Amino acid sequence: MNKIKSSEITPEHIYLSRRDFLKSMGIVSASAAILAACGIAPTESAQASVAPASDTQLTVPPSADTDELGGALNSFEDITHYNNYYEFTTDKERVADLAEGYPTSPWEVRVGGLVNQAKTYSIDDLRKFEIEERIYRLRCVEAWSMVIPWMGFPLSKLLAEVQPKAEAKYVRFETIYDPEGMPGFKKNPWYQWPYVEGLRVDEAMNDLAILSTGLYGKDLLPQSGAPVRLVVPWKYGFKSIKSIVKIDLVAEMPTSLWMAAATNEYGFYANVNPAVDHPRWSQGSERRIGEFSRRETLMFNGYEAEVAHLYTGMDLTANF
Amino acid sequence: MKSSTFNRLLSTLTHTGALIPFAWMLWDFFTHNYGPDPIREFTLRTGKTALVLLLLSLACTPINTLFKFRAALRLRRPLGLYSFMYASIHFAIFIGVDYFFNFSLIQDGLLEKRYAIVGLTTGLILLTLAVTSTKGAQRRLKKNWKKLHRLAYIAGILAVIHYIWLVKQGVTQPWYFAGVLILLLTLRVKPVKNWAGSRLKGV
Repeated sequence: MNKIKSSEITPEHIYLSRRDFLKSMGIVSASAAILAACGIAPTESAQASVAPASDTQLTVPPSADTDELGGALNSFEDITHYNNYYEFTTDKERVADLAEGYPTSPWEVRVGGLVNQAKTYSIDDLRKFEIEERIYRLRCVEAWSMVIPWMGFPLSKLLAEVQPKAEAKYVRFETIYDPEGMPGFKKNPWYQWPYVEGLRVDEAMNDLAILSTGLYGKDLLPQSGAPVRLVVPWKYGFKSIKSIVKIDLVAEMPTSLWMAAATNEYGFYANVNPAVDHPRWSQGSERRIGEFSRRETLMFNGYEAEVAHLYTGMDLTANF
Repeated sequence: MKSSTFNRLLSTLTHTGALIPFAWMLWDFFTHNYGPDPIREFTLRTGKTALVLLLLSLACTPINTLFKFRAALRLRRPLGLYSFMYASIHFAIFIGVDYFFNFSLIQDGLLEKRYAIVGLTTGLILLTLAVTSTKGAQRRLKKNWKKLHRLAYIAGILAVIHYIWLVKQGVTQPWYFAGVLILLLTLRVKPVKNWAGSRLKGV
């Protein structure tokens, strides 16, 4: 199998300018005219074609059927109906139902802390970043995995805008805290809500780390962490925090919700590592959703070339 | 109703009730109604059913003590055997489907894991009890039979621990089973048994 990065398959500028491309070909206006001729009001479809990627109905098919290692993409149905989102429920197969219709607009992400240019981003502000497709493996700490065609932009681009100060060593992320709107808060009161996650600044600047706003060419659904979530594919899934409302640059290592819940089981780094087991179960293999047999888990979830340098000289057993 | 008719009815109900989860699983299997992770789905369902039946089997003796419902005592064996049946399917899915007889993975990843060891021990206890559940074994083992079959309580405790050790912190479901088990164990303690029994008799 040739190693082809998904970003190499679809040239970014073509992918991103697909609507301009259609416009320039006159397809939008032509189709609007056809629709008008058929007595169908053209407004909706024509607007959808020129609007920013906000219409959930608009589907841009993924540029490839597999990840760069040949693993088939999981279906949209599986990706959106098997979710860990404890703010709704601890039952992975019920999150989709409970999250249906959860309001994610308007939405604000406050970015601040040790930065020179603190800024509050609306969803429209976030959409101004160039959206790229990233086909990533997601490896859950529970030893199952998926391949997901995310849409998003590098976290580094957002950080560049707010200009972290020199003393900023970590990035701290926070999920929305909404006990009225999400039933899981009251059912699971023993967790230290809100959900918090963190990265070292150099991890956050790595090109693999993205803020995602969509998958399969559609806007994220609430169960997937709409409207904006982190995706750090070389770490266990729980690091990829959902429905972010706050990002702070900080000097001290943030304590994540899972670190607080079980210090001996979930560390700050949570890098996918088949050689370092969870204290209660093996991380040596995983079940790929949609496949019959187990796969061996790869070091850094198969992204060793891209991220191993971040951890040179570190004891990965101690820094699990 | 004549007592023999009643016993037959109760027995039929028990067998039917214990087989419904199996029929349901077969139905879901053949209609592909099992969600994105079928192996996990059926492993969990067989495991939970085995645990429920084991707890029901353990509940028979306290039910007789408290309510003088002697018919319940006859249900201990079928409930225990059905629990063993589901535990066997649970184990078979785990080894034969999930790990697909990949013994190097099983050895490296599992045999040192405490949830797996506890689960395996539970299974071995249930196997021993199933093999010695016949009238013949009861005769041969004489007084020891009763002692041996008290291991069912140990199996119950280990099964609940097995479940607790599988889930992430804060997931509540195993604790409901733990609560029921603690209640059943408490009812077996002599002073509690006598006190509860006398209270109910007074009613």
